[in-house]
Amino acid sequence: MSLYEQLGGDAAVNAAVDIFYRKVLQDARINRFFTGVDMAKQAAKQKAFLTMAFGGPNNYTGQDMRRGHAHLVAQGLNDSHFDAVVENLAATLKELGVSDALIAQVAAVAETTRNDVLGK
Amino acid sequence: MTTIHFAGKAYVCEPRQTLLDCLQTQGAMVPSGCRSGICQSCLMRAQEGAVPSLAQQGLSPHRAAQGYLLACCCIPEGEMTVTLPDTQGLTCAATVLQRVPLNGDICALRLHPDSPLDYRAGQYLRLYHQADTSRCYSLASVPTVDDYLEFHIRRIPGGRVSGWVHDDLQPGDRVMIGEAVGDCVYDEQLCERTLLLVGTGSGLAPLYGIVRDALSQQHTGPIWLYHGSFVAQGLYLQPELRALAARFPNFHYVPCVDRESVESQAWSARVMTALDAVMADHRSFSGYRVYLCGHPDMVNAARLKIFVGGASMSDILADPFLPSGPS
Ligand SMILES: Cc1cc2nc3c(=O)[nH]c(=O)nc-3n(C[C@H](O)[C@H](O)[C@H](O)COP(=O)(O)OP(=O)(O)OC[C@H]3O[C@@H](n4cnc5c(N)ncnc54)[C@H](O)[C@@H]3O)c2cc1C
Ligand code: HEM
Ligand code: FES
Repeated sequence: MSLYEQLGGDAAVNAAVDIFYRKVLQDARINRFFTGVDMAKQAAKQKAFLTMAFGGPNNYTGQDMRRGHAHLVAQGLNDSHFDAVVENLAATLKELGVSDALIAQVAAVAETTRNDVLGK
Repeated sequence: MTTIHFAGKAYVCEPRQTLLDCLQTQGAMVPSGCRSGICQSCLMRAQEGAVPSLAQQGLSPHRAAQGYLLACCCIPEGEMTVTLPDTQGLTCAATVLQRVPLNGDICALRLHPDSPLDYRAGQYLRLYHQADTSRCYSLASVPTVDDYLEFHIRRIPGGRVSGWVHDDLQPGDRVMIGEAVGDCVYDEQLCERTLLLVGTGSGLAPLYGIVRDALSQQHTGPIWLYHGSFVAQGLYLQPELRALAARFPNFHYVPCVDRESVESQAWSARVMTALDAVMADHRSFSGYRVYLCGHPDMVNAARLKIFVGGASMSDILADPFLPSGPS
């Protein structure tokens, strides 16, 4: 079974999206990147983000990740912000009762996008 | 990269570019307003090619099935051929019944449509001043309760459509209206949930409809309506709302003003913004169904606070009254 299926697929993404986004908006280290983004649309993007991190079906390429975050890199997005996002992701999954082993796998998937997200 | 065919010409669409940006940046004339899927100024119709589901989110299933889409929310997934809609087929004529002032700068406009309008309380539609000048206005009426369509229209200084409504429209005049759209509506499946409705200015219009719809369907959960205005004179429908609150113990009406005055004291209005009053009165919004209408700054601030306060994103429905364009 794939990681995405083990986590519970689309239903798991839906359960996680509110919790994760609420954490991000309250995290003073990173919330400035998210203010000013249309929240209703942002929710759809958070879903896309989680689906990707859960190893689910998505059609984003590394190039898309570069382009999608380039304006944030210009505003100073760096490794510490990336780590904060991964931390919030892990805390969300923990809250939903996901095992540490699966959380580590999700963090590893997110890690594969680091260079593209940070435009390195 | 893909190709868009429009009005006999081919346009290159960059990856992740919206259809609207693609056409407008290359000189095509496509009307637009809010650029965020609300005002429907950028309505187009696909003749060929796949339509991304995000581009049809605000449309009725019927229109979606016909290939209508919002160009500002459409990121083409492949080659498409699109046209501007023929507004004739999408509009209906109506007769002005009444225009009554509600306060210094908001009036109620009542219309009788030639053919019954299919709508739900809280939705909005376009009112046409001329074929190429229309604006969105929210319905304050309830289809099962009122036998007319009612709108609350605030006069915007120098406003083309609101000025025309306030200064020129007379009973008996004929106007054109579009279809009712929008998802700020009551859901009878949620009859036990807490409803929280927050509006500023004429943002009360859709909320007045939703509240009366919910009450007429025997909503049993608490209903909280906050109406915010700069000064007490800006509050309206107070007697009606107070009467409803007296009749239905689960309905709470909270008028709020930014500035204290003799009137605000007489009406026991809260002296704080509607959002501050909401935050003071409710500890958690978990399980709430929320409706936010009116000033875009209020809507955005409230959406953030209420979501962080525990409401689910899918339970927050909002109509920011963005300028509609095209001007
Ligand atoms: C979904 C939706 C629902 C709406 N429902 C209602 C409603 O129920 N009642 C209602 O009164 N309005 C409502 N509006 C706003 C309405 O559609 C028009 O934008 C508004 O009436 C102004 O149109 P106008 O032609 O009079 O002004 P325009 O000729 O478009 O504008 C004149 C000038 O005023 C500026 N302007 C436009 N809007 C505002 C504003 N709100 N405050 C300050 N300056 C402004 C413009 O930028 C322009 O410079 C709604 C908008 C949306 C998107
Ligand atoms: C952990 C790896 C990450 C992945 C897999 C990821 C994935 C995504 C995806 C899929 C989108 C949607 C793109 C679109 O459809 O337009 C997106 C948008 C966004 N991401 Fe990330 N992201 C990551 C890290 C981050 C970080 C570290 C930040 C900032 C702290 C961030 C901030 C944003 C913002 C603000 C948007 C919306 C951009 C906009 O619309 O203006 N992301 N991300
Ligand atoms: S809905 Fe597209 S511009 Fe307003």
